[in-house]
Parts: sequence; C-alpha cells; structure tokens
Amino acid sequence: MNFTVSPENEGIRKMVREFAEKKLAPTIVERDEKELFDRSIFDEMGKLGLMGLPYPEKYGGGGMDFVAYAIAIEEISRVDASTSIGMSVHTSLCSWPIYKYGTEEQKQKYLVPLAQGIKLGAFGLTEPNAGTDVGNASTFAVKEGDSYLITGTKVFNTNGGEAEVEVVFTKTNKEAGLKGMSAFIVEKGSPGLSFGKKETKMGIRAAVQREVIMVNAKTPASNILGKEGDGFRIAMTTLDGGRIGIAAQAVGIAQGALDHAIKYAKQRVQFGKPIATQQGISFMLANMATKVEAARLMTYRAAFNKSNDLPYSKEAAMAKLFASDVAMSVTTDAVQVFGGYGYSREYPVERLMRDAKITQIYEGTSEAMRMVIAGSILR
Amino acid sequence: MEIVVCVKQVPDTTEVKIDPVTNTLVREGVPSIVNPFDKYALEMALQLRDKHGGKVTVISMGPPQAVAALRECIAMGADEAVLLSDRAFAGSDTLATSYTLSQAVRKMGNVDLVICGKQAIDGDTAQVGPEMAEHLGIGQLTYVSTIEFDGEKLIAHREQDEGYDVIEAKAPLVVTIIKLAMDPRLPTVKGTAKAYRMEVPVWTAADIAIDPKLAGLEGSPTLVKRIFTPERRGKGEIIQGDSKEAVDALVDKLRQAKIL
Ligand SMILES: Cc1cc2nc3c(=O)[nH]c(=O)nc-3n(C[C@H](O)[C@H](O)[C@H](O)COP(=O)(O)OP(=O)(O)OC[C@H]3O[C@@H](n4cnc5c(N)ncnc54)[C@H](O)[C@@H]3O)c2cc1C
Ligand SMILES: Cc1cc2nc3c(=O)[nH]c(=O)nc-3n(C[C@H](O)[C@H](O)[C@H](O)COP(=O)(O)OP(=O)(O)OC[C@H]3O[C@@H](n4cnc5c(N)ncnc54)[C@H](O)[C@@H]3O)c2cc1C
Repeated sequence: MNFTVSPENEGIRKMVREFAEKKLAPTIVERDEKELFDRSIFDEMGKLGLMGLPYPEKYGGGGMDFVAYAIAIEEISRVDASTSIGMSVHTSLCSWPIYKYGTEEQKQKYLVPLAQGIKLGAFGLTEPNAGTDVGNASTFAVKEGDSYLITGTKVFNTNGGEAEVEVVFTKTNKEAGLKGMSAFIVEKGSPGLSFGKKETKMGIRAAVQREVIMVNAKTPASNILGKEGDGFRIAMTTLDGGRIGIAAQAVGIAQGALDHAIKYAKQRVQFGKPIATQQGISFMLANMATKVEAARLMTYRAAFNKSNDLPYSKEAAMAKLFASDVAMSVTTDAVQVFGGYGYSREYPVERLMRDAKITQIYEGTSEAMRMVIAGSILR
Repeated sequence: MEIVVCVKQVPDTTEVKIDPVTNTLVREGVPSIVNPFDKYALEMALQLRDKHGGKVTVISMGPPQAVAALRECIAMGADEAVLLSDRAFAGSDTLATSYTLSQAVRKMGNVDLVICGKQAIDGDTAQVGPEMAEHLGIGQLTYVSTIEFDGEKLIAHREQDEGYDVIEAKAPLVVTIIKLAMDPRLPTVKGTAKAYRMEVPVWTAADIAIDPKLAGLEGSPTLVKRIFTPERRGKGEIIQGDSKEAVDALVDKLRQAKIL
C-alpha cells in the first residue's frame, strides 16, 4: 500500500496552483459578483494542457492519470470553483464518453479539439421532469435519412451556449424504458438548436448554466455514441467518473476555506492573543483539517482505481457523498472562524460556502449517491 | 542559438533572516523558489529559442534539493538541465560560484549566450553574471530588458537610471536580465510531465575540471566580517490633503531638508 502522490502529480499540483493563484485569484471576486463567464480562461487552460489532462497525447491530451486530473480540479477549486466545474464537465462528462465510446473518427473530430481546449464541451442529461429520475427524459430523437432530428429541452446545462460540443441524451424508443435511451454528439450551430435563459445562482456564479432547446435539431446519424439503446449505460458510467471530479472540487473548496481559516485564526487577536491559541478555535481547525484529509484520500482512491482499471463506481459515489458534506461543513466552520468578517463579502469564505452547496446536488444528489452505494453493497 | 540560463534556488522571501550567531542565512522553514530574476532570464531565453531555434539549458549550482528549481524551469519549457552539486562547492562566494558555473559552460562548449538574472534575491550582490563573463573571457551586457537578434548580432536595451542604452554585440556573451515587461510564462502540463519524468544529470567537480583551489570555501576570498539586519530608519510620513496642497507641503519639506 502506498499513499504518496507521485512526484509527477505533485508537479501538476504545483503547476496548477501557480496558474490558479496568478490567473484566477485576481478576478474571481468580480466574476462571482457579476456572474461573468470568461471564455478566455478556458482558452488559456487549453494552451497549458489543462483541458485534456487524462487523455492520451495522440488525442491531444496530457497523458496523465486521473489522480493528476483530480489534483488539478482540486487546486483550481481551492481558488475558483466556477472554473473547475466548467473544466470538470468538459473533461469528465463531454470528452470522456467520446473517448470511451466514440469511434476513431469521432475521437479525431471531437475529442482532439476538446482535449486541446480549442473547443469547449457540455453534457445534456437533466430535463425539467427528469433530474434524479433520469429515465423519465422526454427528449426524443427520430431518424430521418442519415440524420437524427432531436426534440426536447435540457436544463441546468453547464457551459451551455458557450460549448461547441455537447453530449446529449435522448429517447430513441419510447417503449423500451432505460434501454430506449441514446447518446449523441451535438454541435453548437446545428439547425434547430438554441439556448434559453442563463441561470442565476447561489454559488459557482462565474460558471454558466443555460437551457438547451432542441426543435428537430439535426444531427448526423454518424454522431451517435455507441448504438441506439446505449444511452443510459453511457450516462451512468460517465457520471461515475464525473463524480471523481466533483469530489475533487469539494476537497479543493474545503481546503481553500481551511487555508483561509488557519491564516485568519493566527492573525486575529481577541482577548490579547490570536484566536488560534483558543482551544475552541484550534480544535475546530483540527477537525476541519481531518475531514479534508479523509475526503481527499477517498477521492484519490477513486481516481486511482479509475486509472488502474479497478472498479470505481461505488468508490466515486462514496467520495462525492463524503467530500461534498465535508465541503459544506468545513466552509461553514471557516465562516465561523472569521466571525462577522466571514459573513462579509470582503472575505472569501462566504463565497466558498456558497460554492460548496452545489457539490451535494449536481452529477447526482447526495441521496442519489446513497442509492448508488446501497445498490452496490446490497447486490 | 545555444543558450545557457543560470538559475539559483532561493528562499521564498525578500526578507531573509540572518542568524546573528553564525552570520548565515536562516533557511529552515522557508520554502524555496527559483530566483525571480532568473525566471525572467529563462523567459528571455525561451523567447529567443522560440523565434530563432536552438536549445535552452538551465544550470544551477547547489545542494541536491536544487533540482526542484531546475524541474520548474523544464516545466516552463527549457530543453535540458544540469545540476552542479558536490561537497567541494560548499561555502562558495560569488567568485567561486561564478568560476564553477563557468567551468560547466566551458564543458558544454558552443554556447552563444549565457543568461543570468540581474541578482539573486538572497545574496543580492549582482556579481555572478559579470564574473562569469570574466572567467569565460567573453563580453557582457548587464541590466538588459530586451534582446533582438538580426541573424548576426544582438541588439539589446540596457536600463539606466534615466532611459536605456541600445547596444549591439556579438555572441558569445553573458547577459544579465532585469524584470521584463511581461510575466515569465506559466509551466504547462507537457513541460511538467517532462520535468518529472526526466533524470537531471548531476555534474561534480571532477566532471567539469574544477581546480580545488578556486572552488568552494577554499576558492572564496570573501571574508564576512559581520552580517546584520539594518535598523529601520524613521517612519515614512504620508502627507494628506488634495494633490496641490500635498505637493506644496512636500516641496516645503524637501526644501527644509535641503534636498531641493
Ligand atoms: C449549477 C448546476 C449545474 C448543473 N449542470 C448540469 C449539467 O451540466 N448537465 C446536466 O445534465 N445536469 C446538470 N445539472 C442538473 C443536476 O444534475 C440536477 O439538478 C440533479 O441531478 C438533481 O435533479 P433535480 O434538480 O431535478 O432534483 P430532483 O431529482 O427533483 O430532486 C429533488 C430532491 O429529491 C431528492 N430525490 C429525488 N429522488 C429521490 C429518491 N428516489 N429517493 C430519495 N430522494 C430523492 C433529491 O435528492 C433532491 O433532494 C446541474 C445543476 C445545477 C444546479
Ligand atoms: C557577504 C556574503 C557572504 C556569504 N557567505 C556565504 C557562506 O558563508 N556560505 C555560503 O554557502 N554562501 C555564502 N554566501 C552566498 C554566496 O556567495 C552567494 O549566494 C552566491 O555566490 C551567489 O551570489 P549572489 O547570491 O549574490 O548572486 P548574484 O550575483 O546576485 O546572482 C546573479 C545571477 O547569477 C546567477 N547565479 C547566482 N548564483 C547561482 C547559482 N548558485 N547557480 C546558478 N546560477 C547562479 C543567477 O542567474 C543570478 O540571478 C555569501 C554571500 C555574501 C554576499
């Protein structure tokens, strides 16, 4: 058993931390406040090689493993969880199913520019009446000649409207239930595809979510991933991996809050000495640090399994369930350590607390994680 | 263009503390970084390479841990790295440091440019670059902010207190670099992967034909009499008020102090 991160992956941590501190930290307060999505950030991340980290170099990727990817998401989230969700959806939810289920032609056409960061990716599964209940999707695709015509609306689409490539899930057979779902690669600019309103949110406010509206949206038949009926399996295996990204995001948010809290507790003087010297505060910090460490180990473990072709569905669900609760509790405690200043927008911990909440919801709620875990242990 | 960039690993603080008993730098607990001016030196080298081809090699003299500084430079895009490390180099002053670095450059041969930072933020002497030029018997351009290469000669801007000199010179040269207009580039994933997968060669005294009398403590004529943290001089004063009043008040004070 070996719990050390490889020197190479520590190198990735150092690299991404420098990027996050130099390029994201100076603007995140304003981007959060004004809900600004800044595409140039993703362009720069593409140039640095951060938009295709875990894919082979022959597909434009970084040739690193999923631990490196988790570390990169963690380091970005420590500073800016809006950017990390854009990166995570792009990498785990859009690029991965193309890498895993795509034909060589689809990989050349879509995965390469995605991994290079020339194109941005999105993932369209959730619908107004199909959230946790994925199978209740009503978006439908009919084949006509060598195209599919897709009709339906996807909601909460991260990167929606900005992404050039989107993996969309539809029914292709209404009678077949979950076996009647299919996955398609849909390009921005397809006839019949448009975007609805942008969501206004509690946290990750510099990330963008839009409705994706398809009315007979025309997609070449060659853009189907796998074959008709594979959609549900593709969605579920994709989300298994995506959860490693969200767990890493939660770890990063929590670590960011912990770092701020430690620094502040050493500086803030009340009753003639730094508050960190009060056991009430120092024990709180000790608990926070312990939780973050446990969440990190679970997350890296899931990432390690994925990199080494070991089962990771249950591990990723556990990591996300646990890490997202840690993010919520640690950020809440960080606000407590800051006292009134923690509640003020002058300091970053209130933003981290707002950002933390979403990790318990997207890519499957905490209840959905328990369903996955229970399903696995009760098999 | 064959370029060697000299990088020094320094403690991450501009306020280096000095042990009052031993007169040496207190390095414990301070994280190490690449000397910031050396990152600019590397950026300059990488730009020249990207434009004119060739290769950038980073070298550092230091303990085995200094390899981290070299890996950081590879991650930013340097092609090769060499660490100069040997007990025989310990205790080097600037003369011995520059001699040792120069011997490594000699061993490489065919070097067009040696680029150093203007100064190290810990030792702060700004002597190593110019001394290397002397050891190598080649020209030097110091305090450089831009370099163009026209295929034959280099055209550089050398900063002065007021403005800059435009200087033409031919390789081989030693150049020292000040803070550039642009930030040093960030490391990439590709560079980072290379940096941590490669084996960085370590050259010892024997590898670079070091004369033991000229290296390390023995080759260091500098005698440190005393090192101390200077007392902070009087507090600064901030003059309040609108800009006209403030300027008038400032001029009065400067007159009183017989500075104007
Ligand atoms: C910021 C943001 C970004 C998002 N990005 C994307 C994206 O890029 N692509 C995409 O497809 N989707 C995205 N989503 C959608 C997200 O994945 C869903 O919101 C999530 O899966 C929950 O679905 P829902 O909102 O419909 O909640 P519902 O499914 O209506 O759930 C409501 C509540 O009921 C609970 N619940 C539901 N069923 C059960 C059950 N059987 N047992 C116990 N409890 C249950 C849930 O846990 C939750 O607490 C995003 C959402 C947000 C807010
Ligand atoms: C008074 C004094 C006493 C000292 N005493 C000791 C001592 O007792 N023991 C001891 O170990 N050290 C000692 N040093 C430190 C040592 O002499 C210097 O750190 C070293 O010679 C480099 O000088 P500098 O830091 O001033 O670099 P500068 O001359 O300011 O550096 C200019 C440039 O030269 C290059 N460069 C400098 N050093 C290196 C290097 N090692 N590798 C690669 N490139 C380099 C870099 O490009 C740098 O930007 C002492 C220094 C001084 C000034």
